[in-house]
Amino acid sequence: MELIEKANKEAIRRMLGAEPVLIDVVPAGEIVPDLKDKMILHAGPPVEWNHMCGPMQGAIAGITVFEGWADDLEQAASMAAGGGITFDANHHHDAVGPMTGMTTVSQPMLVVENRTTGNRAYCAINEGLGKVMRFGGNDAEVLNRLAWIRDVLGPAMGKALRDMGGIELKPLIARGLSMGDEMHQRNVACSGLVLRAIAAAMAKISDDSTALSEALAFISANDQFHLNIAMAMGKAIMDPVRDIKGSSIITAMSRNGTDFGIRVSGTGDEWFTAPVEMPEGLYFAGYTEADANPDMGDSTIVETIGLGGFAMGASPAVAGFVGAGAASEAANYTHRMSEICAAENPEWTIPSMDYLGVPSGIDVRLVVDSGIAPTINTGIAHREPGIGQVGAGVVRAPMACFEQAVRRLAEKVGIS
Amino acid sequence: MEHTLNKVFQGFYKDSVALMRLSRDLAEMAGVNEAALMMGSPSNKQILKDAGLLADDGAAAEGGDLILAVRAIDASAAQNAANAIEPQIKSQTRTTTGDTVWQPQTIRAAAKANPDANLALISVPGEFAAAEARKAISRGLHVMMFSDNVSIEDEISLKTQALEQNVLMMGPDCGTAILEGVPLAFANNVTRGDVGIVGASGTGIQEVTSLISNNGGGISHAIGVGGRDLKDEIGGISTLMGIDRLDDDAETKHIVLISKPPGKDVLPRVMKRIKQSPKPFTVCFIGATDLNLPANATAARTLKDAAQTALGGKEFEEKISSNTSSLGGRTKIRGLYSGGTLAAETQVILLDAGLEVASNAAVPGAKNLTDDGDAHQIIDLGDDQFTQGRPHPMIDPEIRKEPLADALADNNVGVILIDIVIGYGAHPDLAGQLADMLSGMQGENDPIIIASVTGTEQDPQVRSSQISALQAAGIHVAGSNADAAIAALDMLGINS
Repeated sequence: MELIEKANKEAIRRMLGAEPVLIDVVPAGEIVPDLKDKMILHAGPPVEWNHMCGPMQGAIAGITVFEGWADDLEQAASMAAGGGITFDANHHHDAVGPMTGMTTVSQPMLVVENRTTGNRAYCAINEGLGKVMRFGGNDAEVLNRLAWIRDVLGPAMGKALRDMGGIELKPLIARGLSMGDEMHQRNVACSGLVLRAIAAAMAKISDDSTALSEALAFISANDQFHLNIAMAMGKAIMDPVRDIKGSSIITAMSRNGTDFGIRVSGTGDEWFTAPVEMPEGLYFAGYTEADANPDMGDSTIVETIGLGGFAMGASPAVAGFVGAGAASEAANYTHRMSEICAAENPEWTIPSMDYLGVPSGIDVRLVVDSGIAPTINTGIAHREPGIGQVGAGVVRAPMACFEQAVRRLAEKVGIS
Repeated sequence: MEHTLNKVFQGFYKDSVALMRLSRDLAEMAGVNEAALMMGSPSNKQILKDAGLLADDGAAAEGGDLILAVRAIDASAAQNAANAIEPQIKSQTRTTTGDTVWQPQTIRAAAKANPDANLALISVPGEFAAAEARKAISRGLHVMMFSDNVSIEDEISLKTQALEQNVLMMGPDCGTAILEGVPLAFANNVTRGDVGIVGASGTGIQEVTSLISNNGGGISHAIGVGGRDLKDEIGGISTLMGIDRLDDDAETKHIVLISKPPGKDVLPRVMKRIKQSPKPFTVCFIGATDLNLPANATAARTLKDAAQTALGGKEFEEKISSNTSSLGGRTKIRGLYSGGTLAAETQVILLDAGLEVASNAAVPGAKNLTDDGDAHQIIDLGDDQFTQGRPHPMIDPEIRKEPLADALADNNVGVILIDIVIGYGAHPDLAGQLADMLSGMQGENDPIIIASVTGTEQDPQVRSSQISALQAAGIHVAGSNADAAIAALDMLGINS
């Protein structure tokens, strides 16, 4: 018990002491550790092709064509099914990816460095809403956009970031919270803040005003542009919290569309998984629950650091996806999440909740003890490959993975 | 024929989440096959088109315009749905349930939100209660555990832990306490004063505190300990800690102990502890005989005796008129009790009068109910056999219905004794409920019914109102449960 409390204190110290900075954009093949040709990193805990959901298979077919490993989607799918492609989890390579979370060699990766500990984490650039690869979209429009991100936007952002010395993310998040973002479902304020921070540097390094204009327009038009930055930041913050002996703090939550998985500091890199649940939420025109794929993506790293569903109180507009959307209801989500967290973040506060710090450091013991599952704000993908996002809402993490984790932690610290 | 209707609100903005909510409401309306509300940006118009929702009006909309699009079984259904949703689009406030107040869901969060709180009242199913109590104790909180069905092993370990932490572990199965004037769970609104109580019995505490309060005295604290505390397995841990607290409490001048007879190993320890105290004690171990009490303690045979002794021997008897003419040779007493200790008190009074008594919760000297159909029967309706899957009779008085009908129909029964225990937690109108129940049952030459009302004028049900309601229903009302039992003896011509 004392060991656990002490270990958790250390975990919280590392979490709150992190100094994440967006420093660069670099092709994945040059920077993501152990990423090889014909290898695809995906969201969530590891999953084999046969167990992948429709959107995940769709995205894999699409990215295989995009990388030039197959000529068309059909060939790509049979290549993937036949073992011609190596799969692994983003989390095993210092990376994260939203929804299907495709990471391959040629994709430009946002690089966030934790200046306190020196570790780095990576995430691809957000493609926008609707039909996009992260939701399993894989047609020519999707692939062309990815190519433009690879050839134009990524290099320009990388050059600008290097030129300006990076963007400090901790203060940016603090401001975003006061502007109504919770950084998972709503990133409109932070996306604007990023654009404001980077625009001058991008103009400075650019010698092609058309390309510059297109790049700025792309960022401007994407309310979720900042999500992927927040995710890389989350990974950069949580990785140094891994492997603290006895700590019951959750270091990662993630879903591959089939299973929900968590990792706990005191149990190292072991995944505890359970079948993923269906989100509850609102749907775009023409779609219903019947079209929805189960919950998916590494984006729950955002909740792991106290944002997203945990910071709902900052973002009443998002609470409207479930329930009536009253501000008091949004605050209740945050209150409920503080019941399962070891601390509150004094630097990330919610003005309308009397500057309550966002609940930080999910203690797996408290989750099991209270029966309160982490609340996750999420986008909803179509269950068929190639269609994309059809809604957004809220989903609960399945309790079974937390129960497994508590048992294993008890074994590790010698409590039977 | 299916009809697609678009209505454009020019220059009218609403955020996308609000629009998705409205879309869902619109889609659920009668005759609607598909519906959406979206701002008229090119990408949104494409989505509407893909969903078969875009008509000419919508296609002409600009980015700053709001498009209401609905496809329904016919034109009139589409128009009706659009008309129905329009007020919601234009109203600034949507229908909400108002502010919801956050209620902590764990002891940890509740303690954090109320840093000055020093007590946790635990009322969860028994299998979870011990774990919650452990958390509370380790936070330094006193615990009142209303939950029952907690194992004796858990009770021992919780009370041992509480002793180490120097906090009170009241319960399990602790129904009543009054601390610093705050009534907890089933308790009465009594006057504050100088009598402190440690009790293993909920209704026993309620009867004694109410009698003291109604007769000019007052209560400093009433500490519940749970029904098993004075068993040898538990060793009276909470009773002894309760005495310590009351000993140290300047307000408390007199201490009353209420319990069933203690285990034989515990008894001398309690006696020794009383002897160490500078304060006078009243000891009411209902059913116990030959107590070898220290000089600073007085034995009380009944709860009423205990209340009278605590007030310095003040007599507060209330005789009720006896009328034996209508009994017609029926000689038996039938007690139908919601309070277990009140049932025990009545058994003691009947036994002391030399009667044979049988009960499903027999005190020493009484028989088990099944053994003897001929004795006076005192039934504890709070016993498990009556409460399986139902609330306690203090909450659900319907439990009394069947036994009451049986007693009324029994030609041997001359007097029926009933307790009405009011206060916080109890049914809002037990007297009225009993009167209603009786109105459909009574015939000629029925047994006499004598009741008492445990509680005070300050209780939510108001004692005098309950008494009036009982009297209006033809029920005799005594000043205390003991007085009711004595009145029963009088009516049957037995000298008590």
